[in-house]
Order: sequence, then structure tokens, then C-alpha cells
Amino acid sequence: MAKPAATVAREADLADGKTPPKQFGPVFKAASGPAGWADERLGLASLGKHNLRKIFPDHWSFLLGEIALYSFIVLLLTGVFLTLWYQPSMDETTYDGTYQLLRGVTMSQAYSSTVHISFDIRGGLLLRQMHHWAAMLFVAAMICHSLRVFFTGAFRKPRELNWLLGVGLMGIGLIEGFAGYSLPDDLLSGTGLRFVDGLIRSIPLVGTYIEFFIFGGEYPGDLIIPRLYMAHILLIPAVILGLIAAHLALVVYHKHTQYPGPGRKESNVVGYPLFPVYMAKAGGFFFIVFGVITLMGALMQLNPVWTYGPYTPNQVTAGAQPDWYMGFVEGAIRIMPNWEWHIGGTTWSWNIFLPGVGLLTALFVIMGVYPFVERWVTGDKSEHHILDRPRNNPTRTAFGVAAMTCYGFFWMGGGNDIIATHFHVSLNNVTYFLRVAVFVGPVLAFLITKRICIGLQRASEERLLHGAESGIIIRHPSGGYEEKHTPITAEEAYTLTQHKEYVPITVGGDGTDHNGVSKRDLGKQKRRALATRFYFGDNLRKPTRAEIEEAAAHFDHDGANGHGHGELEDGHSNGHSNGHSNGHSNGHSNGHSNGQAAIGSDRDDLETADR
Amino acid sequence: MSGTDDGPDGNNLPEGRDPRGELTQSRSVGGLVTTDDPRFPVADPGMEEHLPRLTDVDEKAAKRAERQVTTMFGLVPVFAIAFVVIYFAVPKTMTIDFGFLHTSALHFGLGTTLGMAILLIGIGAVQWARQLMADQEMVDERHPAVSSQADREEILAELEQGVEESQITRRKTMGYALLGAIGVVAVPFVIFLADLGPIATKKVRARTIETTIWKAGVRLVNDVTFMPLKPEDIQIGQLVNGEPANLQDLEGVERQQAMAKSPIIVVRMDPNDIKIPASRRDWQVNGILAYSKICTHVGCPISLWEQQTHHLLCPCHQSTFDLGDSGVVVFGPAARSLPQLPITVDSEGYLVAREGFTVPVGPSYFERDSRHDYKQGEN
Repeated sequence: MAKPAATVAREADLADGKTPPKQFGPVFKAASGPAGWADERLGLASLGKHNLRKIFPDHWSFLLGEIALYSFIVLLLTGVFLTLWYQPSMDETTYDGTYQLLRGVTMSQAYSSTVHISFDIRGGLLLRQMHHWAAMLFVAAMICHSLRVFFTGAFRKPRELNWLLGVGLMGIGLIEGFAGYSLPDDLLSGTGLRFVDGLIRSIPLVGTYIEFFIFGGEYPGDLIIPRLYMAHILLIPAVILGLIAAHLALVVYHKHTQYPGPGRKESNVVGYPLFPVYMAKAGGFFFIVFGVITLMGALMQLNPVWTYGPYTPNQVTAGAQPDWYMGFVEGAIRIMPNWEWHIGGTTWSWNIFLPGVGLLTALFVIMGVYPFVERWVTGDKSEHHILDRPRNNPTRTAFGVAAMTCYGFFWMGGGNDIIATHFHVSLNNVTYFLRVAVFVGPVLAFLITKRICIGLQRASEERLLHGAESGIIIRHPSGGYEEKHTPITAEEAYTLTQHKEYVPITVGGDGTDHNGVSKRDLGKQKRRALATRFYFGDNLRKPTRAEIEEAAAHFDHDGANGHGHGELEDGHSNGHSNGHSNGHSNGHSNGHSNGQAAIGSDRDDLETADR
Repeated sequence: MSGTDDGPDGNNLPEGRDPRGELTQSRSVGGLVTTDDPRFPVADPGMEEHLPRLTDVDEKAAKRAERQVTTMFGLVPVFAIAFVVIYFAVPKTMTIDFGFLHTSALHFGLGTTLGMAILLIGIGAVQWARQLMADQEMVDERHPAVSSQADREEILAELEQGVEESQITRRKTMGYALLGAIGVVAVPFVIFLADLGPIATKKVRARTIETTIWKAGVRLVNDVTFMPLKPEDIQIGQLVNGEPANLQDLEGVERQQAMAKSPIIVVRMDPNDIKIPASRRDWQVNGILAYSKICTHVGCPISLWEQQTHHLLCPCHQSTFDLGDSGVVVFGPAARSLPQLPITVDSEGYLVAREGFTVPVGPSYFERDSRHDYKQGEN
């Protein structure tokens, strides 16, 4: 309607040499009043101009952390509703609600109100189950997210501090989950609390004192539920919220990491803008997570506390187990030999302290220090924004899989009685097996994973130098067969060679700069040389430019025919591919390692000098 | 924030850039651009060509996507209204039975309607983003996390000026006094915690974790019916969960605390099948023995009884005790034997405690040396 007028105005402006006023869409016309009002008070325009169209890369594995965040929001929402009816009191009461089987039973108000929420508050059971499922998902997503970050090397500079924040979130998340699990005061969670009582008591020197402090006297007392409630709904969520805020602020500041690929560089981030794409995608994903948790709460029963009955200290159920995320600690406690020390009138309960406090501490300390250990090995001081493909750092990947294996066996230990009864095997043998498996399993997993990674490196090299298998078998007039190979795209070739390559350093050779090193420094260097050999010694070296050019030229000459490299024809295949792979993987890596080490370390020094 | 054009970083020869943006000499062979950087032999070919989606080129497909999204959003109020109707209309007692599946109709109805309402918002928004919003990948430049040298110098200068203006360098004692004051003021808040619970001194331990309400003459009663136990009521191989008769005198917290320590297992075994050390000969009545029910590992009540082997298994961590051998540990993480309660028969023929437990029940703790507790083979 207004079009002709606008055109006239534009022409007039142009004639005057002025820029025409920008025409905004209907959304802006509607919002300009309130937006202007707010901007005059908050300076929203300056605040938003850098961040509104911030770029985030796209990949499914980046959603894991989002799941954790969204389930935490669901936890806050459903938790607020639950506090409206839950009574954090251990005072005794007699149940007289809808659930007939418990009528007339003496129980704590905590348990009674939990059963009340489940049966007498409309939708109460839904809220309770949503809350519990969200908690399960929260911990699971955090663990998967941390594995993604670990295996892709996203914890490297400049993100070490964010990794530590994440480790803290996971540790506190476990405690928060356990505190919430204890609140219903049913027979199962009460047994869990009793275990915690024994766990605290096992701490050398101060255990008994801490136990009396936490329980306000002798177990069970009447304070632990109110105290856990305070921790569960106030103290720990506040800490988690603070850590999440810092975690996300750092993600925004560092900008998200991205996977290697064409156009992806250490100096850029490729993806879609926050507004509108990520607001829709991430916002939509929040509702998806929320909706799925709601459906899980509706359709999948979880922790039916009314069947367990109220907690009484002289009862227990068979098959007693904690929530799954505490299973590894439970397993460690179960398979631990019964070691106790007696020193000068004291008892040191290693049988509880080591697998309980010791294992939890070890897990989080190892996670916390790993980025710094790897940095010491690589000596790499540069920033990393391109993610590693797990195969390109076989030792790290193998460490991760070894740790997962160890965790898995401990976790299995948490269900050793279930395994024994379901598979009709001896409980004792399951336990003896796991005692060995938690040590041997990770070593085997390490070796196997490392070999698989190096095998995958060879597969990548194969694609790079020999192209992709086309699936077309050609028969030669001589009777031999070969498969036609087609060259891979430049994009893929770049992706396959984009990773930073580390090489083992040598000491005393020509590889390192050691002008006047002291004995102690030499020892340090030797240790580091050993570590680099352990980390990178078995890596396949990237093909050189000459090799890649030769391979590319090869394709060029043979045209579309693609002179076979994976020939079925015997003589040819041996002569060519064996000769090549020997020359490459052995000769190349050994021959080049010294020379490249010099380049590598010089480069790293240069990078720091640039600062 | 630029578009997709990669400028000089792309295919332009002879210069290429490695992933860190450093210049390299490149040349093109067989469609592949290589570089002279030994670490990054293949040059960045630049961003992949953007392929339009069906919805970009076909307005019909776009319309279809729009209809899908609108339908999903449109169904949300339907589910929300259904939720409200179900909330008020479906009685709490109504159930749904479908084969082996069994659930409350109200719970099921509320959950599925709410879940679908929330889920459809999410799926609709993601579908909108995937099908209709621009899907051109864009590039942001990164900046190193470190501040620029100029910023560093400026902040150092400002800090120095501030320190100077505060005069702290000239009046150091004052600064130390402030630090000390802030440090010390934390002490009262730590002290607040001292009343979290009693300090577990020797005296406190002696009247709490080191003792139970068992004493000489207290009858053994069934832990559910509180009927006193008679030897002739217990058959060989039978196990009875017991409590002291005086548990009924306690109320509230004290009762809970007593119940956490005083439960016992009363078993009758053939005296010829079991080992009874000389020192414990008069702790039993014709093969009836009483043990603490509280596991010496972390304190679970033990309950799984293997009649033929005389083994008692803890369901929490599978510590196994041999009740035919004074409760010694035969398997699992527990380190101490199960404490045995000396019992006898009173004048009316009921089982009573000869005395209280001779050692503390439950998990070990640091302050007590448990090495002298009963071990296998002792007399």
C-alpha cells in the first residue's frame, strides 16, 4: 500500500545524495515502543549487537551438554512443585491416606508426605517421577558430555578451566542426586543413608567425629533428613547454578569448538547464528528434552517407594542398590577385600575408605589433572578450537576407554548379586573375577583401543593416498581383478590432514635445544621424552606433500580408471601396497622423527614468542 | 560476522593458509591443493558449496513445512485443554489395565497430555529452524583468549596507581591487619558448626556407639510381635529376627537409635554340626545362638540365611558370616566377626541375655582397636 510513496521518497533521497532511511518489517514496528523504552534504561542494543548473531557450530555431540542443562532446568521446575507438599521431618506419624497397604503404619513424615504426593496430589506422582527421571538424565548427560569433551580434546587450551568447572559440576551433581534420593526416607534410601554413615565412619582420624556432626548425634537421629533437604534444595542447587553460569559464560567467551572440515580453522568458527537458528533449535530442544522427561515420568515407573515401605533401622531388602550413578562406588565397596589395619589402638578401615572416599577422590582428581598432564607431554602452548578426531590421539582415546572399562567393571560390581542370581553363577566367583578385572580390563582396553585407533589412522591414510573404494571390480585381459578407486574430495583430504601432529622428542640428539642443561633438567627432559614416546611413538605420520602429490598425480594420469591400489591381483598388490606401507609407516616415521621434532618444538617456541 | 565467502583463505593460488591461518606456498595437483607446510600438507579448500534444501527451491515444500509446524503448535492448546479436563474429570482411583501394564488413569492422562504438549512445541520449533530458517553456514572470527599487550599494560598501570593511591605499600601493617581481620572473622562462622552434633569424645562414644540396650536378664523377643522367645519354639535350622524386650520402653529418636544397634538373629543349629569355642560354651542354649543383626561392614541389617551352610549373607555388600563358627567372616568386605550375644534361659523358661554384647556392634571405627575381636580358630 505504502509502496509508491516509499519509492518516491527513496528517489528523492538518492537525488540528494542521502542514504534512504531503512525500512523495517512489521515485527520491529510492533516492538519499537517497548524496545526503545527498555534500551533507554538498559542499553540493550549495545549489549546485544555482539551476541545476537553469535555463531555456533552444528553437531549432534554438542547436544549432550544441552541435555544436562535442560534437565537441570526441569529439576528446578519440578522440584519447586514437590517442595509445596513434601515435609522434611523425621517425626513419626501414622499414615491414613489413599494407599491402602500402608494405612495404619507408623512412618516418618518425610515418607508419609512422599506417599501422599504419589497418591493424593493429582499429578504428584508425575512430578515426582519427572523429577527423578530428570535427575537420572542430568547425571547421564553430564557423563556423556564429559566423555565427548575428553575424546575430542575440547579440554585443551584455552578451555582447561571450563573442564575443571565441568568436573566440579559432575561431582556436585552426584552428591545432589544422592541427597535427593535419600529424602523420601523409604527402606531403600534409608539403607543408602546407613551406608553413608558407615562410609563417613571409616575416614581415618576424624570419621567418628564427622559422623556425629552430620547426623547430629548417633545414627539415625532426627536431623539428617531436614539437613539433607536444606542441602538438596538450597545449598547445592545454588552452587550448581553458579557453576553452570560460569561454565556457559566461558563457552560464550571462548566460542564453541568445532570439528575439522573445509573452511574450519583454528581462527574461526563456522555454523549458524544464535538468532534465529539456535534460538529455535536450542529452545526447541529444551522443549523436546522437557517433553521426553514428562513422557518418561508418565510412562516409566521409577523408585516406587510405596512398595519398599518406610525406613526402619532393623530391616533391609535383598537386591538393595543405589541409583545407577552411585553404582560404581557401590561396586567398589562390594568387591574390595576386607583389609583393616590396627595401629596403636586404632582401626583403619581400608575396606570401606579406599573404595568409597578413595575411589571418588581418585576419579575427580584424575579427571581434574588430565588436561595439565597432556599439556606437559605435548608441550603445546597454543590454543585449540578444532576438535581432535579420537583416532588422531590414540593414547588419550585409549586412556579414556580404559577408564570407562574400569568404571564399567566397578559398576558391574554394584550388581554382583543380581548377576549371580540372574545368570546362575557363584556370587563369590563374580566378585573374584571383578577384583582382577578392574585392573586387567583397563590394560587390555588400553592396548586394544590404541591399536584400533592406529588402524583407523591407516584407514584414513588409505583414503587420502589411494582414494575411496568404488565397489567396481574390473577384470583385466590377463585374468586379474582389481577394484577401481576414486579420489576423495579436496574437502575430505583437508579434513583428514587438518589435525596437529605431535612427534616424540629425543634428548641429547639434535632434536632439542639444550644449551648448557643441568643434570636435573636433563632428567626432566628424559622423562618428557619418554612420555612423548609413550603418547605419540606409535602414531602414523601424516603423508608428506610429495606423497600426496604423487598419489594425486597418479589418479590424474590414470584418469577415471584409477590404477588399482587394493588389487586382488597378487603380484601387483604386494609390490605396490606393501612396499608403500613399509616405506611409509616405518621408514617414514623413524626417519622423520628427529627432524620433525626439531620443527615441532621450534614451532611451539615460536608460538609462545609471538605472544 | 561475514558471509560464506572465504576470501583469500580459499582456493586462491599460489598462497594457501594452514588451519591456524598461517601463509603457505601451495600448488595444485590433480584437483588437490597442497602446501609446503610439512604439518598441514593439504590446503584448506574453503567452505563447502551450500546446497539448497527442497524448501528453498520448492514453495510447495515450504508451504508443507509451514503447515506441519503450524499444526504442531496448534495441537499444543488441544493437549493443554485435555490436561485440564483430565485433571478435574478423572477420579484418582480409576486405573488402566492393559495386559501386564497397569497404571493410574489420572497419572497416565496427565503425563501423556502434558508431555505431548511440551514435546510438540519443541519439535515444531526445530522443524521450523531446519526447514524454513536460512541454513547458510556463517563464519565468525575467533580472537585469542589472552588480552592484548596494551590492555595488560594498561591494567597493570591502573592497578599500580590504585595500590599507590591506597597507600598500602607505605602502610603495610594496616594491610596485614585487614587480611588478618577478615581471616579471623571467619572463625565464628566455623564455630557455629560446633553444635552440629555432640563431639564424639570417649565418654560420648561409650554411651552411644559402644553400647546397646542389651543387659543381663533382658528377654529376647520376636522383632514383629514382641513375643518372648522360648527354646522349644525354635526348630533346628530356624532363624528368628529378634529384639530386646526393653526396646518397647523407648520412643521416637531413642527407639530408632536403639533399633539401629540392638536387632539380633536367633538361630538354632545342631550342636554337633557347629564349632563352639570353649570360651563361648555357656553363651548358647542347646544350639540356639544369638548374633547381632548389624553388619560389621557398614551397618546394614543382615538377613539372608543359608540354612545348610550356616552362612548369613548381608544383602548390601554380600559379606558372609559363619554362624556355626562364632560369626567369623567367610567372604566379602567385612573385616570383623559378627558380635555374639551371650544368652541363657530365665526362671520362666524364656531366652534372656546373659550380659550385653561384649564388643560394639556395627562398623569398625577409628578410635577402637578391633584386633582382639573374635577370630576364626580362637578358643
